[in-house]
Amino acid sequence: MSAVIGQGAPAKDPVKDAKVETPFRRFVSEFAESKLAVGGLIVITAIILVAILAPFISPQDPYDLAVLDIMDGRLEPGSQSGDGSTTYWLGTDDQGRDMLSGIMYGLRISLTVGAGSAFIACMVGASLGLAAAYAGGKTDSLIMRIVDLQLSFPSILVALMILAFLGKSVTNVVIAIVVVEWAYYARTVRGTALVERRREYIEAAECLALPKYRILFRHLLPNCLPPLIVIGTMQVARAIALEATLSFLGLGVPITEPSLGLLIANGYEYMLSGKYWISFYPGIALLVTIVAINLVGDQLRDVLNPRLQK
Amino acid sequence: MAETTTAATAAAPTLEVRNLQTHFFTRAGVVRAVDDVSFTIGRGKVLGLVGESGSGKTVTGFSIMKLVDPPGRIVGGSILFQGKDLATRSEEEMRNLRGNRIAMIFQDPMMTLNPVLRIDTQMIETVQAHEKVSEADARARARDALGMVGIPSPDERLKSYPHQFSGGMRQRVAIAIALLHRPDLIVADEPTTALDVTIQGQILAEVQKLCATTGTAMLWITHDLSVVAGLADDIAVMYAGRVVEFGDVGEVLDKPLHPYTHGLIGSVPSRNKRGEPLRQIPGMTPSLLNLPEGCSFRARCPRAAADCIVMPELHPWLPQRLARCHHPHLEEVAAA
Amino acid sequence: MSVYLLRRLIQAAGVVLAMSIIVFIGVFAIGDPVEILISPDADQIERERAVAALGLDLPLWQQYLVFLGKAVQGDLGRSFVFNEPALQLILQRMPATLELALAATVGAIIIGLPLGLYAGLKPNSLGSKAIMAGSILGFSLPTFWVGLMLIMIFAVQLGWLPSTGRGETRELLGLRWSFLTADGLSHLVMPALNLALFKISLVIRLTRAGVRETMLMDYVKFARAKGLSPFRVTFVHVFKNILIPVITVTGLEFGSTIAFSVVTESIFAWPGMGKLIIDSINVLDRPVIVAYLMIIVLMFITINLVVDLMYSVLDPRVRLDSK
Repeated sequence: MSAVIGQGAPAKDPVKDAKVETPFRRFVSEFAESKLAVGGLIVITAIILVAILAPFISPQDPYDLAVLDIMDGRLEPGSQSGDGSTTYWLGTDDQGRDMLSGIMYGLRISLTVGAGSAFIACMVGASLGLAAAYAGGKTDSLIMRIVDLQLSFPSILVALMILAFLGKSVTNVVIAIVVVEWAYYARTVRGTALVERRREYIEAAECLALPKYRILFRHLLPNCLPPLIVIGTMQVARAIALEATLSFLGLGVPITEPSLGLLIANGYEYMLSGKYWISFYPGIALLVTIVAINLVGDQLRDVLNPRLQK
Repeated sequence: MAETTTAATAAAPTLEVRNLQTHFFTRAGVVRAVDDVSFTIGRGKVLGLVGESGSGKTVTGFSIMKLVDPPGRIVGGSILFQGKDLATRSEEEMRNLRGNRIAMIFQDPMMTLNPVLRIDTQMIETVQAHEKVSEADARARARDALGMVGIPSPDERLKSYPHQFSGGMRQRVAIAIALLHRPDLIVADEPTTALDVTIQGQILAEVQKLCATTGTAMLWITHDLSVVAGLADDIAVMYAGRVVEFGDVGEVLDKPLHPYTHGLIGSVPSRNKRGEPLRQIPGMTPSLLNLPEGCSFRARCPRAAADCIVMPELHPWLPQRLARCHHPHLEEVAAA
Repeated sequence: MSVYLLRRLIQAAGVVLAMSIIVFIGVFAIGDPVEILISPDADQIERERAVAALGLDLPLWQQYLVFLGKAVQGDLGRSFVFNEPALQLILQRMPATLELALAATVGAIIIGLPLGLYAGLKPNSLGSKAIMAGSILGFSLPTFWVGLMLIMIFAVQLGWLPSTGRGETRELLGLRWSFLTADGLSHLVMPALNLALFKISLVIRLTRAGVRETMLMDYVKFARAKGLSPFRVTFVHVFKNILIPVITVTGLEFGSTIAFSVVTESIFAWPGMGKLIIDSINVLDRPVIVAYLMIIVLMFITINLVVDLMYSVLDPRVRLDSK
């Protein structure tokens, strides 16, 4: 911690400061320069905690139909339940489900689907990008042609296409997001890897006749990590937004286990009668999540981008 | 237009800069880009403003135009144009002078013309910015100006875009734009540096001819001593934001007073000195952010002494010869 | 120029062909058309007859050629739901979507350009900071949620604007348009704004970056040194330079605007082809899905081509290079 403080204040003892300066600490202190990003990170951590702990901290199990009372349907925020046992701080939906609990569980689904598919996309994209960079020639141009073609179409269209081919289901939503996003990773990794592979340490590894996969994954990939982390962060936000959009359109997760997008869609029909809270609060949760991730991603890009480094 | 100004010109020189200071207030501190610059340019005369890159020549030029952008600001001194101080003029008054009575030519001809506007647009707008004339008249003026700077078939060329011109041709266009209103003063910021030597020569000759015929005074900013030698009447040498020597170009180049000017001239390769090792000024230009106390050339100066810790003033050591030095090369002048 | 155009056309045709293969395999090979096309009550003989009649017993590449041959003649099958030619269904709904997308694009430029210009000219003012914060929100906000909020505020709470449909339309050039009537216009405002939101942010950022970059250029300083008025410097010298990238990007974005109108049309019950495709995916009306995808692909490629050509008209430097 002292190193972090020492960074910001004028260095009085450069020798001592240099000793504690590690790349990671420098990264932390540079990241902390933006208060917005730190705030974003705190919010993300809180959201993840809420999502993980939802079964323990939510007032109600929204999936347990036995506890739902249809008589409590569409209650305003702050209302008491019919039997007076609970307060619905964010109101209830048409089934009498507590919105706060619904949002907590919805966050679980949204985050799992979003982060999970972004992770798979990262694996697929990074592998193909590495392969393209390392193999070069026809493999490279084939992969990059597909990347270019795909990136020229908007994400929603590609996702719709996949869902139109495969039908609607959670798995297919994940597949759709992976198909939409892999190209970004592939392009980034290929670009970085092309630069890296001309470096001496790769040549050295090749001279030692290390197996190809080892060179690729142990030597090349770690050096492509910084840009990968940056777009990875951004793509998680995009994945969450895309999942929400698809769920809203009725093409995503099933109604029994609603994600944030589906919660918003559920409230849509009640919007016109002024019962705003069924859509409004899940939307706020979604918005806060996406904005927080984007703030962190923005700062990561500034810190990790070698071109911007001082 | 030229007639109305003659009365004032007779009395005062076209431009007199006194103790000009232009500082840049950056996050890292105050950069004293121009810190005490003084010189005079008479009517129809050419002043060569010489110095290394970073010595504040260009900022001096922009200060005269009052086109210094934030974080830069003119913080002191006066800029007397035909006897009236530009430093106190409003932006609107300055706008009426710019391109009209005072014109400027920039360093890089590839960058000075707007790439998406045709030459005629860029010339006609200049005419119409200062005079209420019809477009046809303005076009005729533009065509004449192009002809004057030696651009063949100006009618056709007016309809071209800048990218269809070579660098030398573009600079001619920029000069033609500067000449549109027959200004009393042209500030030329290294206008030939980016050009081939042959084209440089042609443009120099033409500019000299134009100045002589129109009575336009010129501030010619350059780092090239040979250009100044062939073109200018007077010379002002800048070092670290200050004018360190001012005088007749022939006298200064022949018998420099200031050790810096001395060193500068000595470091120019020439035929007479072939075979001899090139002399160079030891050390580096000081940072304008953190200028040393006293004479800023002190650390590199072979003649520096204890009293150099006090900043010398620009002192008339000889008639019409000024130098900012406690120990000028007076003995060499005396020996001649 | 013509060589360039020809090369671009061949490229475009290649992409269309590739996409038709992907769509064909995706819709007809991954899914089982027999399941959907033939009634589940049908017996074995009926099934086989239907399979033969539909050409489903042929090898895949032959099936594709049949599909392609029909597609070229404008036959992309009949909708199971509407029992109408799929292409016709799409084309009927296309003007509504185009109107929405055009309104959104024009709106994005009208709103985004002045805001971006202001933010670029006065980067340190409070207004600029607010504009930039707003543009970050514009990028982050999920479109569909903003749409709902617009309905909540302007339709439900304030009651100023209608929330669904196209309203009254009037005919122009053989197509029906909403923007020609007051009622239609009031129906158009919210969906167009909703769809424009992302693009407004984009235009603001592009314009601001462009202004800040252009203001530093020598030719802007030279323009000032010529004694031009600040108005002329900004709106002729700076503006014309930033217009090129802004127009190019908004043009290229037009395709994605059409694609994203799927969401907006669903919220505002706008009777365009986006709403049709969602309904069709939900009921697996495959011919309509195929027709939509093929039309969209064609539109995309056309848009890219048109933007390329427009770019060369706007930027004199490109014009020379491609000659």
